[in-house]
Amino acid sequence: MYLILEAESIAPDVRRIVVEAPKIAKKHQAGQFVIVRVTPNGERIPLTIAAADADAGSITLFVQAIGRTTTLINELETGDCLVDVAGPLGHASEIKQYGTAVVVGGGVGTAIAYPIALALADAGNRVIAIIGGRTKEYVLLENELSTHGIEVLPCTDDGSYGRKGFVTEALVDVIADEEIGVVFAIGPIPMMSAVAEVTRESGIETVASLNPIMVDGTGMCGGCRVEVGGETKFACVDGPEFDAHQVDFKLLQRRNTSYRAFEADQLNDLRSLDAEHHEQVLAPVRGACAREEAS
Amino acid sequence: MIKVSLRAMNKLGRIDMPARDPLERAACFDEVNIGLTPEQATVEAMRCLQCKTPTCIDGCPVNIQIDQFIERVAHGDIRGAGDIIRMDSLLPAICGRVCPQESQCEGTCVLDKKHKPIAIGHLERYVADTVRRYGLEPAPDPVPPSGKSVAIVGSGPAGLACAADLAKEGHRVRVFEALHQPGGVLIYGIPEFRLPKDIVAAEIDGLKELGVEFEMNAIIGRTTTVEELLTEEGFDAIFVGVGAGLPRFLGVDGENLIGVYSANEFLTRVNLMGAYREDTETPVLDLTGRRVVVFGGGNTAMDSARTPLRLGAEEVRVAYRRTEAEMPARDEEIEHAKEEGIIFDFLVSPVELLGNDEGWLTGVRFQRMELGEPDDSGRRRPVPIEGDIFDLQADVVIVAIGNSPNPLLPATESRLEQTRWGTLAVDETTGRTTMPAVFAGGDIVTGGATVILAMGAGRIAAASINEYLETGVWDEAPAEFEPAGV
Ligand SMILES: Cc1cc2nc3c(=O)[nH]c(=O)nc-3n(C[C@H](O)[C@H](O)[C@H](O)COP(=O)(O)OP(=O)(O)OC[C@H]3O[C@@H](n4cnc5c(N)ncnc54)[C@H](O)[C@@H]3O)c2cc1C
Ligand SMILES: Cc1cc2nc3c(=O)[nH]c(=O)nc-3n(C[C@H](O)[C@H](O)[C@H](O)COP(=O)(O)OP(=O)(O)OC[C@H]3O[C@@H](n4cnc5c(N)ncnc54)[C@H](O)[C@@H]3O)c2cc1C
Ligand code: SF4
Ligand code: SF4
Ligand code: FES
Repeated sequence: MYLILEAESIAPDVRRIVVEAPKIAKKHQAGQFVIVRVTPNGERIPLTIAAADADAGSITLFVQAIGRTTTLINELETGDCLVDVAGPLGHASEIKQYGTAVVVGGGVGTAIAYPIALALADAGNRVIAIIGGRTKEYVLLENELSTHGIEVLPCTDDGSYGRKGFVTEALVDVIADEEIGVVFAIGPIPMMSAVAEVTRESGIETVASLNPIMVDGTGMCGGCRVEVGGETKFACVDGPEFDAHQVDFKLLQRRNTSYRAFEADQLNDLRSLDAEHHEQVLAPVRGACAREEAS
Repeated sequence: MIKVSLRAMNKLGRIDMPARDPLERAACFDEVNIGLTPEQATVEAMRCLQCKTPTCIDGCPVNIQIDQFIERVAHGDIRGAGDIIRMDSLLPAICGRVCPQESQCEGTCVLDKKHKPIAIGHLERYVADTVRRYGLEPAPDPVPPSGKSVAIVGSGPAGLACAADLAKEGHRVRVFEALHQPGGVLIYGIPEFRLPKDIVAAEIDGLKELGVEFEMNAIIGRTTTVEELLTEEGFDAIFVGVGAGLPRFLGVDGENLIGVYSANEFLTRVNLMGAYREDTETPVLDLTGRRVVVFGGGNTAMDSARTPLRLGAEEVRVAYRRTEAEMPARDEEIEHAKEEGIIFDFLVSPVELLGNDEGWLTGVRFQRMELGEPDDSGRRRPVPIEGDIFDLQADVVIVAIGNSPNPLLPATESRLEQTRWGTLAVDETTGRTTMPAVFAGGDIVTGGATVILAMGAGRIAAASINEYLETGVWDEAPAEFEPAGV
């Protein structure tokens, strides 16, 4: 069991969770992820390591509740546990001298982009973070990014904050203004695909962090297959980052709908439970680490 | 022993393993084989000729003293039979169920030609199950701690066997496993209806009682490196048993359509993640009323075919590019699959997977084959019959054409040399790799093989680890390694 040291809401349906995982914290590099199970009969889901503190032995996750598993994680509090946390998995981001690097984050994608933006800045790059959300409250981590000397350009779909419009519009302007060495795009698949189109013609190196459905995360099942440049890759071990200009986003989008009906039922089942039965689902991990140690 | 004429006995023939009714069992995950009754076991054991030179023993990869244990069974001395098996095998309840007996012990039994061979596997299973049920296994002798410690990477049969032998020598043993549950293929691959998971769990509990520690979610190479196990974590030796867990695909068009699974993914979702149970949350595509086609002819293909039936599939076909005679699956699995209604298409090879506009699989395009000249392995090579192409409708395809060695760990330690097949190079007689203090065995060395061979390799390595820990001598590795089979 992995103890949750901190848990807080940072946007509607998005929580920041700090978990005790000393070995993973020591090894983590920007761009890597963990596979998490919340309850003993739960699914294995991938979550990016947004930050790691080797001294405290902890890693930080940002989770957006979209289905049953992510909804359950986001109901956990400090002192509760996750049954399994495995990692760090996947290749680290390629952090080098690009000159100016643009990091485009959409929704919870900003949280996934966060450690990459920091690593790029630490490596001496000028970093521009274009972060988008539907409305103001979905624009994540603006302050955290700014404090690292990163130029942050917030955008909202409805104009309630920052620039009105999609992140791609801001990207077009940034590219027009200055020489860009690399673009990292992380967020919903349509957003990453749109970013790739913006940079395709100019040939600016563009990296997308892919989010296929995974099971083991170690290269054993092949469920995370994606196509890059016409070749099949396992995103968990060959990625998760790939050349965005080569990625078949349509295939990824489709494959991610494989279990849509099942997942919807699972979430509805959870929502239809009364408070007591709902709580029973999480009972095995409520304050579980404390109990485990006491026994 | 009751005196019965052998001729009379052998007229009776081999005792059939009682099995659940095919219709009933194809609708649930209960174990298919029910197990011999004590009477059946006794009669079957009495059929053994107690040969002066028991050829059956040569057929068993770990040379169980088969004649001796069977003689004990014939006398009703199950405890004694268990003691004899345990000298050579640590996982009899498992191997009795999953060994390809027809090409091993039973294939070399003298009765194989005239009559049916002794049901050695069924008897072994009977002994192991009985010993467990009545707690007949002697408690292990307490041994003083040796002060040495060994890290075992991977909790499949190779790792478990190695751990058991080392713990019995008083070494501190810790098993590191990438997944959240130990057992390797025994847990995530082989289904419940063939190998009940409580049998594997009992083996692991037994190891815990011996003091073996288990650390889950530990991906060696990522969470901790091989080097760090030796330095920072202070282990004196390492055994690598990470298996052959990399699924092979065909490389044909359409293989990434929704509805195309590797056997590993499909079986992992169902077995490890329990997708067939109501109380779990991992999905598997709804197979009710669906048509499933499985590619391959081994045990993995049989498991991949029989599982969808149990999930409500309307029709399941196995497509194999050679003929039944060349199928590598255990005879019993093929027989059971047929009884359950699986349809076999031989001499066909998929050339394309067909899909609809939404990216879902709709069918398979096959090329018909014929058998040509024998290849290196002596099996006749399937060659395409020019122009003989046909389509078959399918909602789900499961690709079960084999697994390659798991590359994750070898890729993170350059001192571990690999063969050109991606297996780890080891000295077969000791399990030594090219990196001092690191040993290896099982599928990561042989490529996808069998449980009994993995277990045997784990034990060979345990013996030489033990010797290494005592002497501290690491002989320079032989200049050139011969890969142990492929
Ligand atoms: C490498 C990697 C890193 C990730 N990092 C993060 C992270 O840091 N924070 C975070 O909140 N999420 C992250 N994700 C996505 C996260 O894994 C999924 O949101 C989660 O698996 C959904 O599980 P669920 O049971 O809650 O929802 P489900 O019920 O499984 O899915 C709900 C809906 O989302 C769709 N869906 C399923 N899987 C995914 C997926 N992998 N990505 C997007 N949509 C999906 C389904 O089609 C369904 O309609 C990451 C994914 C990958 C592959
Ligand atoms: C579906 C299926 C059916 C089969 N049926 C039969 C049968 O009927 N009879 C038979 O004899 N054989 C059968 N086999 C083959 C048999 O299961 C294998 O030969 C045997 O399990 C190999 O044992 P192993 O210990 O080498 O590896 P595995 O059983 O593969 O175990 C390796 C373990 O190592 C773990 N691991 C991998 N990488 C790492 C890492 N970096 N760090 C930590 N842990 C790691 C894996 O998660 C896994 O748990 C079957 C195989 C399959 C897939
Ligand atoms: S271990 Fe396997 S090969 Fe050996 S006797 Fe038992 S069933 Fe036969
Ligand atoms: S070869 Fe067959 S008959 Fe002879 S001892 Fe072995 S099992 Fe018995
Ligand atoms: S998640 Fe199984 S291979 Fe990538």
